[in-house]
Amino acid sequence: MRKLALNDEILLKIEKPARYIGNEVNSVMKDLEKVDVRFAMCFPDVYEIGMSHLGIQILYALFNKREDVWCERVYSPWLDLDKVMREQSIPLFALESQDPIKEFDFLGITIQYEMCYTNILQVLELSQIPVHAADRTEEHPIVIGGGPCTYNPEPLADFFDLFYIGEGETVYNELLDTYKQCKAEGKTRLEFLEAAADIEGIYVPQFYEASYNADGTLQTFSVINNHAPEKIKKQVVMDVTESVYPSAPVVPYIKATQDRVVLEIQRGCIRGCRFCQAGMIYRPTRERDIEKLKSYAREMIKNTGHEEISLSSLSSSDYSQLEELVTFLIEEYQGQGINISLPSLRIDAFSLDVMSKVQDIRKSSLTFAPEAGSQRMRNVINKGLTEEDIINGAGQAFEGGWSKVKLYFMLGLPTETEEDMKEIARLSDRVARRYYEIPKEQRNGKCQITASSSFFVPKPFTPFQWAPMCTSEEYVHRASVVKHEFQQQLNRKSLKYNWHEADVTVLEGVFARGDRRTAAVIEEAYRLGCLYDSWTESFNNDLWMKAFENTGTDIEFYTLRERDTKELLPWDFIEIGVSKAFLKKEWERAKEGIITPNCRENCSGCGAAKFGGGVCYEG
Amino acid sequence: MKVRIKFRKYGVLKFIGHLDVMRFFQKAMRRAEIPIAFTGGYSPHMIMSFASPLGIGLTSDGEYVDIELGEPVSSAEAVKRMNAVMTEGMEIVSFRQISEEKKATGMAIVAAADYLVRVRKGCLPANWKNLFTAFYEQPEIRIIKQTKRSQQEVDIRPMIYEAEIRENELFLKLASGSVQNLKPDLVMEAFLKYAGIEEEPVFSYHRLEMYANTGTEKEQTLVTLESLGNEII
Repeated sequence: MRKLALNDEILLKIEKPARYIGNEVNSVMKDLEKVDVRFAMCFPDVYEIGMSHLGIQILYALFNKREDVWCERVYSPWLDLDKVMREQSIPLFALESQDPIKEFDFLGITIQYEMCYTNILQVLELSQIPVHAADRTEEHPIVIGGGPCTYNPEPLADFFDLFYIGEGETVYNELLDTYKQCKAEGKTRLEFLEAAADIEGIYVPQFYEASYNADGTLQTFSVINNHAPEKIKKQVVMDVTESVYPSAPVVPYIKATQDRVVLEIQRGCIRGCRFCQAGMIYRPTRERDIEKLKSYAREMIKNTGHEEISLSSLSSSDYSQLEELVTFLIEEYQGQGINISLPSLRIDAFSLDVMSKVQDIRKSSLTFAPEAGSQRMRNVINKGLTEEDIINGAGQAFEGGWSKVKLYFMLGLPTETEEDMKEIARLSDRVARRYYEIPKEQRNGKCQITASSSFFVPKPFTPFQWAPMCTSEEYVHRASVVKHEFQQQLNRKSLKYNWHEADVTVLEGVFARGDRRTAAVIEEAYRLGCLYDSWTESFNNDLWMKAFENTGTDIEFYTLRERDTKELLPWDFIEIGVSKAFLKKEWERAKEGIITPNCRENCSGCGAAKFGGGVCYEG
Repeated sequence: MKVRIKFRKYGVLKFIGHLDVMRFFQKAMRRAEIPIAFTGGYSPHMIMSFASPLGIGLTSDGEYVDIELGEPVSSAEAVKRMNAVMTEGMEIVSFRQISEEKKATGMAIVAAADYLVRVRKGCLPANWKNLFTAFYEQPEIRIIKQTKRSQQEVDIRPMIYEAEIRENELFLKLASGSVQNLKPDLVMEAFLKYAGIEEEPVFSYHRLEMYANTGTEKEQTLVTLESLGNEII
């Protein structure tokens, strides 16, 4: 039997010990004698969050398919165990073998959101691996990062040996082969990094140097090792049907946030909303074959025993064979105690019909994401949704028996005026009015319209990458404008308004578009005690402000400035296929409030066609 | 058809709490394709009930879950299929048909349970066995039992049906179930207090078996929950 890294005394004292014992259904055990490369895959947040992430399950399947590689998992220890591990100098360990991470060949970290950056340092420190790549020696694992935040890896450049830019299924095998060969030939760490830099999509931050202008903007970003390419090309899987998919994902003992079978029906999105990073970096849109999806559904239900199956994509309604797929799932699983969950559906007659079959209308709520209250603002962000769509969709839903609606909005979008803000409340009211148009005897009491707003964070590789943000005070002010307007509405008793934390938004804004110098802030914040910053209960803004002060970093330089389109941006060395010229054009059109058609309506020549497939070559 | 499943829970599975064991079994049923019956309604769930929850930290050789089958499956086949989808630390021991009577579920009939308390060497004073014998020979053992709402003084002595010292282990047969329920850690707590041992030693608890009472309240006849079922051929 495996020996656990933590003794019973510790495990019985901490919350949810099942987070740390491994041994779950479908977790992979291998004979150490027979593997050449040990890879620790990390999601730097608590187990229940990390276990819900599809990307890690894909890579876990991809790596473990190889006989010579053993990929294991590791997550951030929760605060209670973090303390014990520090007190007793227990090195962070992988769940499967329970061996210390520091003995591995690789530590791979998926970087999904900015507010996990201090947790990355926690994982490194608890693993007893130097946090700075420059301080690591031949004994230490190669630390590699991937995921959406690596489209601007610069704030984390100091902490990583490598970044993998793009989708993991393409060159990871090549990277592992290269590592294996270097190891067999007794090559040094530096020699391996150089060989890795020769692989397309691999970015070795220490082979580049940044210099800055007097005004703080980036002056140059240059290659200082001749193995490193000038530009790093995003990796894309062109055949999503034949690429590896986890047909037997690990099943946690404790309830994970996503405790269900997930079918990724497509990658990318045709819509081109200007605030959305995923909509740009995952271009071109690629669909997975429906027959393949059906067989995955059967296999995965059988292999996991999950009681729910969910579709995953940025906009499920755009999947061309959605109707057939959903009909299949309902026919196959209805009445077998397996729930079908359909997120990100556009509300129309078809989706309402489907939803009435798979959920209890009285209890469930429908979600709309108008993103902005006014039509003007929705045109600026290129959200191809008219007020008519929203009101008609809601009307059909109300007539179908629903009475709860959730509306998602963003505040602080570029060019936003007070009128635009107030329209959030007014639109919500108009949705409620539509409900009360239904004769009293036919409706189900009062309706419940819940509007939520988050504050907009400009992201790299979007048309809004040049846009200014607001101060924390301004965000709070805007939310109060909306709140006040809600109180003026006719149906205010049926309306509810929530808004997100403003302080976190500002930090996300700094690190989303930060340069290498912001690494010092992350490290200082971590030293001051910041950890689990995405958790309201542990987020401490005062410590973060102190970290900016201690490192002499000006928040407003990163957030409030409208960047000139001629400015050299920290992430300009990455090529995502979508051209900078296209993004610039979209930024101009946004300011003029001109919408751009989606990929299926009319190609806008964004540049993603060069990958040679997907939606660009349909029909 | 009602079925009683006996299973073992050992090793690292002792860190999995009762609610998660329930979830584990729901998923295992599906993986093993056991034709379990569902309740009706909008969100049907499996008809499944556990005899007595086992706390985090405890291992067991005698856990029980009763289920209802939609169509029959043989005991041998079901045990084989279920064991093929277990993880290390979970093992199906038997799968037997039980009475259709509503009051026959394990949850309703459990009356007693056997436990082994393992005493780590050197944790207790050398004369602990004598001390325990004296403790057990008391006519009554009064303790303060903390319930959700109040504190209550109870005599736990009548709920200890048997106690026996075996090497470095202690065997206990304790009242269990909805009428009277005594957990082994409460017995050990009372013992430590009686013996004046302040430093809390680490015990590990292992449940061996669960029983139903087929006799009367006064004259108990304890039979294992497993023995009330019949093999399905």
